[in-house]
Amino acid sequence: MSVGDTSGTAAPPARPSEMATTHARHSSGLSANEKRNLAVCAVIFAMVATLPMMSDGYWLSIGVSIAMYTVLATSWMLFSGPTNYISLGTAAFFGIGMYVVAGGIDVLPYPALVLLAGIAGAVFAAIVGLATLRIAGVYFVIFTLGMAELIRQIVSWGQAKMGSQAGLYVLTGMSDAALYWLLLSLAALVFLVGWWIGRSRLGFALRIIGNDEVVAVHSGINTARAKVILFVISSAFASVTGAFVAPRYSYVEPTIAFSPFISFQVVIMALLGGVHRLWGPLVGVIPFTLLWELINASFPRQTTLLLGVAFLLIVYLIPHGVVGLVEDLLRQRNLALGRLVEMMRGRKNDNG
Amino acid sequence: MQPGAAVMDILIIGLLLGGTYALMAMGLQLQYGVARIMNLANGEILVAAAFGTFWFFTATKVSPFVSLIGIVPLAFALNWAVYRVLILPLVRRAKNQGQLDVDSILATFGISFIFIGILLHVFGGDYLSYSYLARPYVIFGENYGLNRIAAFLGSAAICIGLYVWLHRTRAGLTLRAVAVNPSAAGLVSIDVERVSALAFALGGAVTAAGGTLLSMFLTFDASLGVLFTLKALVIVIMGGVSEIRGAIIASFILGLAETAVAILVDPGLTLAAAYVLFLAILLLRPEGLFGRRV
Repeated sequence: MSVGDTSGTAAPPARPSEMATTHARHSSGLSANEKRNLAVCAVIFAMVATLPMMSDGYWLSIGVSIAMYTVLATSWMLFSGPTNYISLGTAAFFGIGMYVVAGGIDVLPYPALVLLAGIAGAVFAAIVGLATLRIAGVYFVIFTLGMAELIRQIVSWGQAKMGSQAGLYVLTGMSDAALYWLLLSLAALVFLVGWWIGRSRLGFALRIIGNDEVVAVHSGINTARAKVILFVISSAFASVTGAFVAPRYSYVEPTIAFSPFISFQVVIMALLGGVHRLWGPLVGVIPFTLLWELINASFPRQTTLLLGVAFLLIVYLIPHGVVGLVEDLLRQRNLALGRLVEMMRGRKNDNG
Repeated sequence: MQPGAAVMDILIIGLLLGGTYALMAMGLQLQYGVARIMNLANGEILVAAAFGTFWFFTATKVSPFVSLIGIVPLAFALNWAVYRVLILPLVRRAKNQGQLDVDSILATFGISFIFIGILLHVFGGDYLSYSYLARPYVIFGENYGLNRIAAFLGSAAICIGLYVWLHRTRAGLTLRAVAVNPSAAGLVSIDVERVSALAFALGGAVTAAGGTLLSMFLTFDASLGVLFTLKALVIVIMGGVSEIRGAIIASFILGLAETAVAILVDPGLTLAAAYVLFLAILLLRPEGLFGRRV
């Protein structure tokens, strides 16, 4: 790789942070701005972490959903955001994680299973990535489209072969509060990893690939390697999320674990927020989860239809997400302000 | 089962199935090869046609072939409207083919969920099937469903008709010209937008015909569309984006592979057969069986 090293000797931040800035990506070390942002994030993270102490019913369960989709959508965005390779197969990795836990809960301790789930997801992502990401084009998207269904068929078949029942029970006695903290820590880790990637050579390489893959190849970037590495990282997070959430479902069967709606919702939320900022998906996850609770309660039979309509509205009306929209508006306002200031100055000079 | 009989079963059932798959593959080919739209909602059109046929047949008891008269024009009109209203704005705003691919993948992915939602609302979430020509027909001393044979013959007739239309008429020639190079086609006074809309609508209509024929011997539910989208995509990648003969041969290969897996391993693993073929193509000949290396 001939791209300049931009990571430098960044000191690891003292505390997990939720929002990491990419402003000072080309300087080594942490700027004052970055330190301030990290501190703000740490405070927000601490505040968000107190939710289980304030509520243990409805709002905690919504908090769990938000934390879960924050991890899934942000890790999705880590890969699909900069590269424009849209993954439609989050459910496959999520389901793999869930099934590692469901299948091994009687054999291995839970933390070992979580680790195993991450490894399983990473290995599967590496295979898929090596097969599809070396070739440019839409093959990757097509491959991910049916992936959840493929794994579901194989799992169902394997279960029938081994004479096991389709449904498995995951009884760990984990409380919703514990699950919430686990997912929140995972979210913090995703943000840290994303922040680190944004500052690293890998992140730089991916942005070039997303802008123009031919240019990336010609500047000596091993594009396939960069894409596969990031896809593996992103997918491992989805599998670990599935492993975390398995005890919440308590009863796991193939159609639940590999539901295509997970993939669809993750893409919607990430696109709604915006995929060009690390915290973009978060902006989409929170309102969408709340809206979704409302729709599920009011129109339980029309959820698929409404999900499709919401998706189309986002693709057509806010192609760069809410964050992109706001940034565009701010830019226009700044331009207008700048013009106004110039006009005023010009008038003052005329007077003077 | 005798090994010889199993091989015969795989060959005949596989070829019959593959021949019927050829329609949806040609539909997708028209949409991606000519109109340049990666349509992830293609399978839902197929399922909708299958449901429509089910509804028509259970209500009237008239042959499903008759329902083609209504379903094919309906699918044509629906896909024409989808292209004009939803896809054309994306075509106009896209700066290059890569951007259009991303946008159309996202848009048609959303459209597919809208179709599923409508199908769920109208027909419910159950598996639907009906019994038409469910009589055995003897080929080489073995019994095969007459409905599979009828569907295959129907598919063959439509495929041949489409092939002749594409290669022997002026309208077919304009479609092939746009498939080769849209901007050059514009230079010889072909209205590329109109031809693309026509190709997209025709692709939807051909896919719907495939759905009607497949419904004669397969069971459908509202969520199955993605499977057919994926199968059609694998066929098109295998056979080449703009080569109809390639798509037909690839359809037979997929039909044989699926039937072999269904008979020898498990009927629940047919998608795995499609993925194995997909992987083999990606690793060995990403330009397709009949594509030229670029």
